[in-house]
Amino acid sequence: MLLSGSDILVKNLIEQGCETVFGYPGGQILNVYDSLYKYQNEINHVLTAHEQGAAHAADGYARTTGKVGVVISTSGPGATNLVTGIATGYLDSIPMVAICGNVPTTQIGTDSFQELDITGVTLPITKHNYFVGKVEDLAKTVREAFRLAKSGRPGPVLIDVPKDVQIAKCEYTPEEPVQKDAPFAAKDVRIEEASAIINAAERPFIYFGGGVISSGAMEEMLELAEKIDAPIGCSMMGLSAIPTNHPRFLGMQGMHGHFASSMSMHNADVILSLGVRFNDRVTGNRSKFAVKAKVVHIDVDGSELNKTVNTVCGLRGDVKLTLQKLLPLLNEEPKPDWMARVRAFRAEEETYLDNREGLTPRRAILTLNKHLGANTAVCTDVGQHQMWAAQNLFFQRPRRFASSGGLGTMGYGFGAAIGAAYGTGERSVLVTGDGSFGMNLNELATAVRYNVPVVVIIMNNGVLGMVRQWQTLFCDKHYSNSVLERKTDFAAFARSFGADGEAVAAPDELDAALDRAFAYEGPYIIDCKIDKDEFVLPMLPPGGSMDDIITKLEVES
Amino acid sequence: MNRYSVAVLVNNQFGVLNRVTSMFRRRQFNISALTVSETETSALSRITVVFDGEENMKQQLINQLYKLPDVCSIKELTAENSLNCELMLIKLKNDPLSREDIHAAAEAFKAETIDYTKDSIVLRVIGNSTKMDDFIALMRDFTILEICRTGAASIEKGSATLHQNLNL
Repeated sequence: MLLSGSDILVKNLIEQGCETVFGYPGGQILNVYDSLYKYQNEINHVLTAHEQGAAHAADGYARTTGKVGVVISTSGPGATNLVTGIATGYLDSIPMVAICGNVPTTQIGTDSFQELDITGVTLPITKHNYFVGKVEDLAKTVREAFRLAKSGRPGPVLIDVPKDVQIAKCEYTPEEPVQKDAPFAAKDVRIEEASAIINAAERPFIYFGGGVISSGAMEEMLELAEKIDAPIGCSMMGLSAIPTNHPRFLGMQGMHGHFASSMSMHNADVILSLGVRFNDRVTGNRSKFAVKAKVVHIDVDGSELNKTVNTVCGLRGDVKLTLQKLLPLLNEEPKPDWMARVRAFRAEEETYLDNREGLTPRRAILTLNKHLGANTAVCTDVGQHQMWAAQNLFFQRPRRFASSGGLGTMGYGFGAAIGAAYGTGERSVLVTGDGSFGMNLNELATAVRYNVPVVVIIMNNGVLGMVRQWQTLFCDKHYSNSVLERKTDFAAFARSFGADGEAVAAPDELDAALDRAFAYEGPYIIDCKIDKDEFVLPMLPPGGSMDDIITKLEVES
Repeated sequence: MNRYSVAVLVNNQFGVLNRVTSMFRRRQFNISALTVSETETSALSRITVVFDGEENMKQQLINQLYKLPDVCSIKELTAENSLNCELMLIKLKNDPLSREDIHAAAEAFKAETIDYTKDSIVLRVIGNSTKMDDFIALMRDFTILEICRTGAASIEKGSATLHQNLNL
């Protein structure tokens, strides 16, 4: 059938199985929005308050569903407003397709109104991007973009569509949704090498990340752990992959990771790394990182092997398929001595737990846990609250935690929580701080407009807590520009936007407020007052090693 | 530090060189020469990258190239498995005192005079990079006005081609 470019674009999104997309209209994307109007019974568009919120919503939708998240914006400032959202998805390997309008091809390169070289701008933060120069290329490009976004190591892809390409017509033939490239296992020779190293291990440790979730390798990983009798830890991106109370799971490790998890990794003789990077937030000082360990690394992205940490065996391949081939080669061997040491680390960790009375950050998250359903997605912003959430949240199902890991984007959470609510079809939760929340609180308007049930818990300490923590430790308590001293009444703010909210100052008040929040139709804000000198512990100082770990800290006021 | 040469076949598309060099820049790879040219098919371009660094960085460079969707094929070219050739144009001051010495050196290097004026001589030199470096060193005794080098053109010995690596 003969269709306009904008119709082809929207038909193509429907063809790829997009049910909900996020975005913001404008001059150079007007035709696409006209097509969205035309096909509104087949595809749902959520209008956000700001393009950044839309990009984070597409990201939150993708993280919670595993599908490709789609965001649409106009040219120029609309497109640049996507940049932080796209970069956030890129650093965390989230499948996204961003579609931008642009000025007509005849005006490209003339600095016309709202013209911007967005493919140039997003070159280093996308897996790939496209400038569509003629309508005949459009359908092919969209399909290619979806294939790329979800294949191999997922990531964002951007498509720039000039206005005349949206208007021009050409023949469109519907197709089946594109499939991702068939995943492949690592080479047999490498798998054999790995099996020999693992079979010889006395103190194996499994360290996994987001790659296990995107590959769907949870069962294989647990089977592996049982077989070789290994404890399991993860990067922040791995959280929610396996239930938090799994007996082998020691939790997140790294700068603010669980003591037992970090110590077990530090003392392992073989670290089996699955779909995970060795980020500096994980390793600290790389020259002192797990010096006793041989690293066996499975990753679908070959460039991660030997990138920052030397591996003795690097396996490029899909984690799930590679583990399926590796498992039969492994000996079933209990390691009672090693597991006893791991139990000892756990027991030591217990002694460091913060069991103070009152509304401490840990108590706030534990109180929240009581209200979470198995399917509830929890999103966070970035800072202290993010670490408290990552350390203490209780997960039952994969894809129920969305947090900006690689880029560390303050302001990520609200958009993501809206996307997550659409993705799961259920109420979502945003754990945030007063600093982060201030960055994109405009999206409350979106949540109200569409009646999206998001429970927002603001860990309100009146300061930029993580900055303050570092200033306390490393800058002689010079609290330079980290004290907010704002007078915001978040409950009143919520009401002014058409939502509701309240402030709490004690655990039982929070508990009661959460009852109301989880029963409320629409977004609900809980302003949770905590002390400004709470710390995230344990802490591995930047560039430090496990010998420098800080487990207890008292700050004199 | 070692010198590595990597040949890359890429889709002959608008902006592809930008994608490749942008990756080099952002990951701070030390590129000493880069040549780009069309190939026997209009669909593909060939990029030859000469890179100075350690073995693990070279591997990282190849791994990162591999991730670019426009990259079709990659092969490391070594002195043993490949033939290398570079072209240089060098413009020298034409000075009665040095003219004969320049011509003698040019003859020894099989350099050809392709332009000759009262004030200048332009020589064309063909060969591997070391030969170019040696010739430039020799010419430093005289007055070099301008140098233009193409960077390496490299091709595998024997019947093997980069195309055999297509779709890595």
